[in-house]
Amino acid sequence: MKLNKIVQLILLASVVSQATAQVNEYVLENGLKLLVKEDHRAPVVVTQVWYKVGASYETDGITGVSHVLEHMMFKGTEKHGEGEFSRIISENGGRENAFTGDDYTAYFQTLEKSRLAISFELEADRMRNITLPPEAFNKEVEVVKEERRLRTEDNPNAYLREVAQATAFQTSPYRQPIIGWMADLDAMKVEDLREWYQKYYAPNNATVVVVGDVEPDAVHQLAIKYFGKLKAENVTSPPHRPEVLQQGKKTVIVKRPAEISRLMLAFKVPGLKSSLAEGSPTQRWEPYALEVLSGILSGGSSARFASQLVRGQQVASGVGASYQMSGRLDGLFTLTGTPAQDRTIQELEQAIYAQLETIKTTLADDRELDRVKAQVVSSNVYEKDSVFYQAMVLGIYETVGLGWKLADEYVEKINEITAEQVRAVVAKYLHEDVSTLAILEPVATKEQN
Amino acid sequence: MSNLFQNTHYLLRTTLVGLGLLTCSLSVNAGPDIRHWETSKGVRVYFVESHELPMLDLQVVFDAGSVRDPEGKLGLAQLASSLLNEAAGGMDADDISFEFERLGAEYSARGAYDTASVSLRTLSDEHLMNPALDMLKTVLTRPDFPDEVIERERNRILVAIQRKYQSPQAIAAERFEAEIFGSHPYAYPNEGTPESLANITRNDLVRFHADYYVASNAMITLVGDISMDQAKSIAESVSADLVSGNAPLYFPEVEQDSKGKLIKVSHPSSQVHIRVGQPGMKYGDPDYFPLYVGNHILGGGGLVSRLFEEVREKRGLSYGASSYFAPRRGLGSFQASISTREDQTQEALEVLTETIREFVENGPTDAELTSSKKNITGGFPLRIDSNSNISGYLSVIGFYNLPLDYLETFNEKVEAVTIEDIKDAFQRRLDVDSFVTVLVGPVAEED
Repeated sequence: MKLNKIVQLILLASVVSQATAQVNEYVLENGLKLLVKEDHRAPVVVTQVWYKVGASYETDGITGVSHVLEHMMFKGTEKHGEGEFSRIISENGGRENAFTGDDYTAYFQTLEKSRLAISFELEADRMRNITLPPEAFNKEVEVVKEERRLRTEDNPNAYLREVAQATAFQTSPYRQPIIGWMADLDAMKVEDLREWYQKYYAPNNATVVVVGDVEPDAVHQLAIKYFGKLKAENVTSPPHRPEVLQQGKKTVIVKRPAEISRLMLAFKVPGLKSSLAEGSPTQRWEPYALEVLSGILSGGSSARFASQLVRGQQVASGVGASYQMSGRLDGLFTLTGTPAQDRTIQELEQAIYAQLETIKTTLADDRELDRVKAQVVSSNVYEKDSVFYQAMVLGIYETVGLGWKLADEYVEKINEITAEQVRAVVAKYLHEDVSTLAILEPVATKEQN
Repeated sequence: MSNLFQNTHYLLRTTLVGLGLLTCSLSVNAGPDIRHWETSKGVRVYFVESHELPMLDLQVVFDAGSVRDPEGKLGLAQLASSLLNEAAGGMDADDISFEFERLGAEYSARGAYDTASVSLRTLSDEHLMNPALDMLKTVLTRPDFPDEVIERERNRILVAIQRKYQSPQAIAAERFEAEIFGSHPYAYPNEGTPESLANITRNDLVRFHADYYVASNAMITLVGDISMDQAKSIAESVSADLVSGNAPLYFPEVEQDSKGKLIKVSHPSSQVHIRVGQPGMKYGDPDYFPLYVGNHILGGGGLVSRLFEEVREKRGLSYGASSYFAPRRGLGSFQASISTREDQTQEALEVLTETIREFVENGPTDAELTSSKKNITGGFPLRIDSNSNISGYLSVIGFYNLPLDYLETFNEKVEAVTIEDIKDAFQRRLDVDSFVTVLVGPVAEED
């Protein structure tokens, strides 16, 4: 029953090439970049407009401005009044939304394929012409504060994450929450948004990604028609303030109304951007080794955390590893967990460290590595079941400055990773001295009888 | 790349519930070609062939949801479903999960109120797919339920139950369902309670599995890169090892209570979470289309709806503002919810209920109806643009015995809905004065 390893890898490799489609890249005269990927499975097209701006572009005092501006992008232009954007998309059977991250702000519509021009017309219009009415801003900033209360203040796990990030990073803008600090939202003025919009919303700071049942050159012509006439701006690069070297473990305790304790253990690690920089101490393969590490620890129910911490030792009720390699700046390798019944945070922390120690002292076996690689290969196929996800990958890679082509290397690079390389990244980066331990200490939500 | 969506903030995070979005546009597209047959064991099969991606999605769905929990043993159905892959055929969880994962296959099990379903997503190459299917069969038909595994899983559920009480939304949802569903099984949390979980024995699990995970109580959906012949042989082989058994005959109806109720639960949050509603409709309900289209206008249309406009756009009172019918086999809930800071609670609650009341009394305008119909019918291709979407629809069509041409005829039925139909259906089905209203947050406790 067990498959010969080589046969299996060949099978998996052929699966990958079958599922890979080509991306067409165009650059308009005004600097707008257009990426088009054909997917003819359904008569549907997704448009995503990605701007190079997000929370990591912000400075103290104006945190949250990128996200509030994202909300205000739905409040009308000279040509299309408040609410009209959403009404037009809706009447055309579309789905739309927008999201803000540390390194990007993006807007999207999914439509039946013949209606692509509708989204291009509307997106081109709001790229340069929003009106930012002050009354609308006054209401919308209250909506955002409600969003912050809902998603952060009243959610102990999210609150813990916010504190952990603000503690782990000292000078890097990744310390700032995407939604902004409440005090900054309180003080925000519509003029702040106007300035932000002027600075970053321009064709030469945007990437339009189109995936679906389309013909690339026709999409290019359509893009020229709608986006081509927009004026380029002098776009300033984001403030450059790298993270200082951390010199010792940081611990922070968060006491909030909650029922269950939780820990986050975060290590400063490089991302793909660092590994590509000239003269960087980060090896090209290291981010991929960290990805494989995350797979070995928590990439499934047979992974070490589930097998040994949740089932074997029963010290965790849940625990996972997470790593984002595709940031504009260096980020975190994070381990997050909840103790099992009658077990403590300290026991869980020790158990996690023991797992990391094991990886340093005993090389992962081939069986484990092959399992991780098989999952990466199959996920790469499963992800193509979603046009939205495919567009998302291109948008992120392009917007953080990695270039979309790098996303194509992912499976191959993961396949090259060895057990020794996994050991090496643990030894090199997962040190206590560059770690932050954040603990949620529940304060009773109700008086217990 | 699984972390791409972490750390983003959406303009609005919407939750899509039920089958409400099924539509079909005549000009653009017919629905997927659904093929349907029964295996020799009598298991109903629904298959859509799709060769674009080298993968297969398979689900086995049983009438084994929480409505089947025996008295005093709430949580049994969900515990059974979550324990299937924890030990089976003499193998432990490590062996089972490693086998799926080395093949790149993804296994999951879900215990809902009406159904328990087991899903497998696998590459369609036979060398990878066949061993994954073998393991699936083992898990479905030969779970071992060892005592120590039951104990471990029970403890994990106890932690999850406790965690629920740190989320004001979860508290509001649980209390709301408890009130509107009264003594119906829909009223109880499907993970059970600490007391009911303590009552569950290995014997209960073995019996539950023997009674409900049987051929006469099962259906199979298949979507993906396999031929009709392969589909037949896979369905045949998956059902072959199931015991024939009997389908449960009885299904309890939801009773409507006509008295309105206001419940306040004190919680140290900064917002008050407000949820209002009552029992709503079923799958296959005669009022399904007027209620669905009407609610799209009232609070189901995402960034465009009456509630979104009144609560958020005009007044900035809440981040989310929506309503939905969640059809089930019995009457599922109709609910609308918002959350706002404490000092705006009264205003927000009034806007919410008055907007619904006004809609129930007067129905939509012509313009609203036209525009919602355009959204629903024009968006048809989006709803069936992936194998996972199609797979979801097949299980609903199959389990709730909806006609096979349900997708084909959906747009016609949406187009046929009139303002009068909506008014009539809403007035017969919703009564704002008998709504249950739940407030959770910094409020004085009261009920």
